[in-house]
Amino acid sequence: MDRFRMIFQYFQTNSESVMNGICGLLALASVKIYTCLDFSCPCLPHYNMAYGLGIMFVPPIALFLCGLILNRQSLVMLEEWRRPQGHRRKDLAVIRYMCCSIMQRALVAPAVWIVVTLLDGKCLICAFSGSVDPKKFVGFANATLAQAQEMLTRVPCKEDELMRNSTSRRAVSRYLRCWSQALGWSILLILIIAVFLARWLSPCFNQAALLQTRHWSNYIDIEQKIFEETCCEHSRLFAHQCILHFFESMQKEIRQHSFNLPREKEGEEDLLRGITDHDQVNKLLKMWYYEKPPLDVSQVTHRHPLGQERSPPPLAGSCGARSKFTQHTHV
Amino acid sequence: MDKFRMVFQFLQSNQESFMSGICGIMALASAQLYSAFDFNCPCLPRYNLAYGLGVLLVPPLILFLLGFVLNNNVSMLAEEWRRPQGQRGKDAAVLRYMFCSMAQRAMIAPAVWVSVTLLDGKCITCAFCTALPLEALGNASHHGLPQGEVKRVLARIPCKEIYDGQELVANEVAVRYLRCISQALGWCFVLLMTTLAFLVRFLRPCFTQAVFLKSRYWSHYIDIERRLFDETCAEHAKSFAKVCIQQFFQGMGKNLVATQCHPPRKAPTDAGEASEKLLGITDWGTMNTVLKSWHRCKPPLHLHPAAPHSSNGWAREWQPPTQPHTQPSAPRQEAVAYYSGV
Repeated sequence: MDRFRMIFQYFQTNSESVMNGICGLLALASVKIYTCLDFSCPCLPHYNMAYGLGIMFVPPIALFLCGLILNRQSLVMLEEWRRPQGHRRKDLAVIRYMCCSIMQRALVAPAVWIVVTLLDGKCLICAFSGSVDPKKFVGFANATLAQAQEMLTRVPCKEDELMRNSTSRRAVSRYLRCWSQALGWSILLILIIAVFLARWLSPCFNQAALLQTRHWSNYIDIEQKIFEETCCEHSRLFAHQCILHFFESMQKEIRQHSFNLPREKEGEEDLLRGITDHDQVNKLLKMWYYEKPPLDVSQVTHRHPLGQERSPPPLAGSCGARSKFTQHTHV
Repeated sequence: MDKFRMVFQFLQSNQESFMSGICGIMALASAQLYSAFDFNCPCLPRYNLAYGLGVLLVPPLILFLLGFVLNNNVSMLAEEWRRPQGQRGKDAAVLRYMFCSMAQRAMIAPAVWVSVTLLDGKCITCAFCTALPLEALGNASHHGLPQGEVKRVLARIPCKEIYDGQELVANEVAVRYLRCISQALGWCFVLLMTTLAFLVRFLRPCFTQAVFLKSRYWSHYIDIERRLFDETCAEHAKSFAKVCIQQFFQGMGKNLVATQCHPPRKAPTDAGEASEKLLGITDWGTMNTVLKSWHRCKPPLHLHPAAPHSSNGWAREWQPPTQPHTQPSAPRQEAVAYYSGV
């Protein structure tokens, strides 16, 4: 249980590991989608190539865009890039660093899709079965060109009545799958070598600048998060003050309309805030809907948390000194 | 249970991950719904198109509306839109922001349904099997059948067991063709949706960032204010009920004492707190009267401040609340009744 909590806290605090988590999930999702997908090659002359290459390249584009959308840091980077300069200089190296790290993470899922597609082989078989040289295979060598072409386009469909028991079909299929898997493994090897080199050679070049850019990109990310949290906290306090102010103004209005003498507050009645009647409650709720209070808590009265005697309202100037969250905002 | 609560807390703490979590759940639910659905093509000429397109388009509409219905913020948006202006101005940008974010979230499940349907292929196969291009795929000219008959035969393509048109066009060829078209449409749809989402998300900071920050803050504020107001009202109602019931019991106790012929039995002075809490109701008959009175004649929603040491103060409690003013009270009584000023 503790370990679980620690893992969650780790993921929460370190936004980089959140992004790595999302990247991993997307890669797993891409494998899962590929296995769930029912690949059915049309086995028709021009459609094969379109379908095969389409399945190989269109989902990676969608996965890449998904990777960018789900990554919070891409928005942060874009805001940093587009913001007016103001009092704070913009550092292009930081923006470039953030862009690189976002792209790297977003490219993982498409790369996984392409590699899995190639290693499986169905896409390439479907796309290029019509482009194979029929003379290389015994069963097609004796047929006319048109017949051979038609038979080749049906190679990806195992259950097709024409090609069901053809050994040449299996030969072509094996041939293409061999090429496909070779391509897949080569791409995987190249990618891994590239990543390896990037990671191991980068400290040799300009490590100090890298440390700086990484620090400041982390800083921008954290600053954004804390700003959002502070805004949330502020709006909560603002709402709290606004509602208290509303209840107090209702109480004042009720006092003005009735002929009662001032009385001491005690315990439970204090929580009632002077609203002790069916009609008063109805009036309060009606006022809340028809006339919401203005977004201005600068005149809020000072109240002790335990509902003791109310001290007189502070002077206008001292409001700001009490808490920075009582600054008012007009809509 | 603990683990579930922790996952929920984690998702809730980070607003963005909470929303992503909701989106993911809706997408999974939609995919699961599709796989649980038992697709049954009717295999009749005109019914196929209606059924196929119906399954493709009607559930997404339902899911979209459901997305709005299940979203708690819809009532908040409606309230903010319809309320009278009063002392607080209304900002159209905030309303637009709230509506857009709700619509975006509601569109995920329908988009997933349409994608999964198209990628699976059964719907399009069912809907468009009668529109198959026979010239390209089969023997268009060698059958000599009238058009209607051809359509009837083609309509049975999705139902392999009853298909009788192998000479016209092979079943596997037709199904492969239609499924290929369907999957192509499906992937194009997925690409279109992700491109749209990408543009919506990434063009915004380039143009309207300041307005966006403002709208986001005030829409959060409205949500928090409504929730805090509900909490405050709930607290108020609790206190109101507590005082009302306490006053009811006290009133009943005093009333019963006043109407009894014999002098009230005083509890022994050393009985302590417990006897005070009994509020003078100490026997079976009295309690029954109290319960009957609670059912037959609930007290008015009108609290009087407590005056625990006066003995004649409660005679005035049962006066109707419309009297404008109380009699000047005895000097030791400090409290007076509230009357509604509305």
